[in-house]
Amino acid sequence: MLKVTNLSVSLDGEAIFENINFEIKKGENLAIIGPNGSGKTVLLKTLLGFFPYEGEIKWAENARIGYVPQKIEADRHLPIDLENLINAKAAVLGLEKSGVKTVIESAKITEKILKTPIGHLSGGQFQRALIAFALLGRPTIMLLDEPTASIDQLGEEQIYELINELQEKYGITIILVSHDLSVVYRYATKVLCLNKTGICFGPPESALTPEVFKKLYGEKHKYVHHHESHA
Amino acid sequence: MLNETYSIVLAIFAASAAGLVGAFALMKKTVLAGDVMSHVAIPGIGLAFIWQTNPLIGGALTLFLGAFVISRLEHRTTLSSEAAIGVIFAASVALGALLINSEEELIDALFGGFGKLSRGEFIFGIVSSILIVAALWVLRNKLIISLFSKDLAASIGINVRVLNFLFLLLFSLAILLGLRFLGALLAGALIIVPASAARQLSHSLGLFLALSMFLSILSIVLGFVISSAYGLDLGPTIVVVASAIFAFSLLKKKN
Repeated sequence: MLKVTNLSVSLDGEAIFENINFEIKKGENLAIIGPNGSGKTVLLKTLLGFFPYEGEIKWAENARIGYVPQKIEADRHLPIDLENLINAKAAVLGLEKSGVKTVIESAKITEKILKTPIGHLSGGQFQRALIAFALLGRPTIMLLDEPTASIDQLGEEQIYELINELQEKYGITIILVSHDLSVVYRYATKVLCLNKTGICFGPPESALTPEVFKKLYGEKHKYVHHHESHA
Repeated sequence: MLNETYSIVLAIFAASAAGLVGAFALMKKTVLAGDVMSHVAIPGIGLAFIWQTNPLIGGALTLFLGAFVISRLEHRTTLSSEAAIGVIFAASVALGALLINSEEELIDALFGGFGKLSRGEFIFGIVSSILIVAALWVLRNKLIISLFSKDLAASIGINVRVLNFLFLLLFSLAILLGLRFLGALLAGALIIVPASAARQLSHSLGLFLALSMFLSILSIVLGFVISSAYGLDLGPTIVVVASAIFAFSLLKKKN
């Protein structure tokens, strides 16, 4: 689905990360972890083609990308609801109405969420709206940047369950930036540790060693298997 | 030269274009930049007086130059674009005042007037108004997505930079249409004030856009009626009417 070789990105003369290598196959779930400022968001945006880079990013020919950005500070005064956004995207991509309806149902979007101004949605509703927006156009791979960063634990559970469900139902490949290690152990088939360069890559059980954590978060970090949030 | 009826017809067309542009400008939060845009026309009008050509041609020249410069500045991170826009604003007004020698011409440039409407100007105005509304209709979906998030827009292949520049051009064109009636100081008002009132009164996007156009037309029509009934200057009357509508809109409490 995606192969990244020796990927380096510099912005305004400053190296964000260097020599990243990883590969993800169809239907896999790749988690990207790392401390703040390690380049996770820049990596996702580079995959999307927002930034110039060195190295190689090779997508499968049939790859269609859906993107769920980090929490957007939606303007509360914007008179735009999810229905406006979904219709706008459907029009830009030339999608049919039936496809739009399927997406709304599979992302569990209610009529009320559709018609509420986007800035007035709760954290969980907002993230679900972003996922629905990303699902339009039937992506084969979804890039999610900390989709639960600003919502409570219950909402978080629901979002991850939704992502998992979509993955099982449509076979969508997932790349997920997360702070939450319990999520990584539960859902990810592979993990990429990032801190200016690739520290680890592989299945979480074998890739996430105490040494890796030390390299990733420094000496002070306590290595706790499972159920650690906001490392 | 054409009579007053043509002026009113042109004003209504220009108002609908200004109302629609204003609604998107308000959502884009480019209101301040928009206000400055109209001032950029002043040195152009001054040059046109010197060259003894139609002042609106000179205004158009510096407006589109201004659109280009502001759009470049918006993408530079080293200099605060707001500061730069402020400098452009001050320089434009000062340069315009130096270029325009007669007091009467200066008043025309600042508050509108410019003599009788010519046939060519009328046709240009009608065509431009239709062009603005049509272009915004075509671009509306892309604008809506980029208003919400530039990253999301870019992720589905929308070139946000080009989109912003196109919008700025349409904005400049709407200012140009308002120059005849309102002058460089107030042309921005017809774009901003009705849209602000419409925002107070509407919850949905469709209603907001329609109401913004309607209130803009209402301001112009009432402005014509009141100014001719009481022998007042047209431009300031229109803006006072629009501002009164805005004041009334504040009375309505949104849920």
